[in-house]
Amino acid sequence: MAGRKQSEHMALMTVRNLSVGYDSNPIKENINFSIGQGDYLCIVGENGSGKSTLMKTLLRLQKPLSGEIMVGDGLQENEIGYLPQQTDVQRDFPASVREIVLSGCQGRSKNRPFYSRADKQMAAKNMERMEIADLAGRCYRELSGGQQQRVLLARALCATEKMLFLDEPVAGLDPKVTASLYELIARLNQEGITIVMVSHDIDAALEYATHILHVGKHIFFGTTEEYLDSENRKLFLTQEGGMQDA
Amino acid sequence: MLEMLSMYLSYPFVRYAIIVGVLIALCSSLLGVTLVLKRFSFIGDGLSHVAFGGVAIAAVLNLTNQMLIVLPITVVCAILLLRAGQNTKIKGDAAIAMISVAALAFGYLIMNIFSASSNISGDVCSTLFGSTSILTLTKREVLLCMILSIVVVVLFILLYNKIFAVTFDENFAKVAGIKAERYNLLIAIIIAVIIVLAMNLVGALLITALVVFPALSAMRLFNSFRSVTIFSAVLSIVCALAGILISILAGTPVGSTIVAVDVLAFLICLFAGKAKA
Ligand SMILES: Nc1ncnc2c1ncn2[C@@H]1O[C@H](COP(=O)(O)OP(=O)(O)OP(=O)(O)O)[C@@H](O)[C@H]1O
Ligand SMILES: [Mg+2]
Repeated sequence: MAGRKQSEHMALMTVRNLSVGYDSNPIKENINFSIGQGDYLCIVGENGSGKSTLMKTLLRLQKPLSGEIMVGDGLQENEIGYLPQQTDVQRDFPASVREIVLSGCQGRSKNRPFYSRADKQMAAKNMERMEIADLAGRCYRELSGGQQQRVLLARALCATEKMLFLDEPVAGLDPKVTASLYELIARLNQEGITIVMVSHDIDAALEYATHILHVGKHIFFGTTEEYLDSENRKLFLTQEGGMQDA
Repeated sequence: MLEMLSMYLSYPFVRYAIIVGVLIALCSSLLGVTLVLKRFSFIGDGLSHVAFGGVAIAAVLNLTNQMLIVLPITVVCAILLLRAGQNTKIKGDAAIAMISVAALAFGYLIMNIFSASSNISGDVCSTLFGSTSILTLTKREVLLCMILSIVVVVLFILLYNKIFAVTFDENFAKVAGIKAERYNLLIAIIIAVIIVLAMNLVGALLITALVVFPALSAMRLFNSFRSVTIFSAVLSIVCALAGILISILAGTPVGSTIVAVDVLAFLICLFAGKAKA
């Protein structure tokens, strides 16, 4: 696809002068950042600021309006795992946990109609990893929100060992479940998986992330330490920090 | 009653009708689950009206094999409707409503103006609600129906896992490298083929029932995609078989009887599901 080539740079993904939006109306312009191997990048910003749109553009679900997204460091296109914001279809979908986790293996078994033994072992391993092995036969629509997110995370892990994109994984979860999900994600990051996460939870972002991308009136990109000193954070906190960081 | 049944079954045309009926019921239920879950069932409805328009054209052209014209028209419209459904600007459901009523109106108009037949309203009625033509199938038509059904079933089995992935979460599937558009297109084409096949059995207006009811019934009772798919296929076959036999014995219209049995089965599943919960 146009606008995307292998870079010599040692980053998994490098974004240069990117504009994202719908039908040639840019929502955000001039986005520049890069994601290195093992990073934990949090994308923060207000509702409607274009975080999900940016993430979909990075995942090639929609075309960039302009600019470049370069993929490098040996990252194959189907080696990305994605945890989308949940859709209505999924809420009443009759499917077992095992079926959903297994479907994450599709990327590697593209030309085979059925799952191999290796695929099944992979699914079992990732259910263990997400501590949902005992739920394997259960119906997805009957699980709690936190359990559902773990299922989708296990599915994403079947697709990748390198890079995970998470769009608001803790939306709608209670504080305790949220905390355990964050711990789980942090553990995956320590195991070497690069994390890119959209989040509203600035506290958690500051605690876990190595890098912050703030999309707002101004776009900030830098390490978490740099973000703490930046003007942007103050702007962000005066706008909506009242409820999160009093 | 059994003797009467065995007497009817000794006629080849009755056996043909049963074979074709069961095959069509099987095919339509397999994709029903996907259509319902993807909120595509209205596409099936729109397409059946398009197929009616196709039949009208074929009737006017006096074609002996209507399938030759109805199938391509319906497939093309399936692709167009799918595109419309994905377009964010024109509302997909509005586009479908437009195409389906237009096809219905023009179909009737064409039949009225050009048809040489003396019994137009009879022709229209049988195209819309299914005719006794299922009892007058020739060996060739039965063979064609069998081949198309086998193709549909084999494709479905081979693509089962991909269809699941694309139905459950299209964006995830795309990120994982599955060509989701290609599968959506294939699903639309298969639907078009099924609808054209089912026209013979239940008629244009009742096809959606054949697609939707078994899937909805199964979803009341079962919790995994595989069990829902298998149960809806079995249920659909049983209902079609029961419907055809009842209609032969009681002399009722084939299509409406099958659909009535499907509705009844759905109600039973609904209550069984409530009782289970
Ligand atoms: N399919 C679409 N077509 C046109 N505009 C859209 C579409 N989806 C979203 N938008 C618009 O794009 C803007 C950014 O939306 P986006 O979903 O990226 O925001 P977000 O930062 O993820 O918000 P949230 O925090 O609520 O998830 C919004 O103003 C929205 O109205
Ligand atoms: Mg969002």
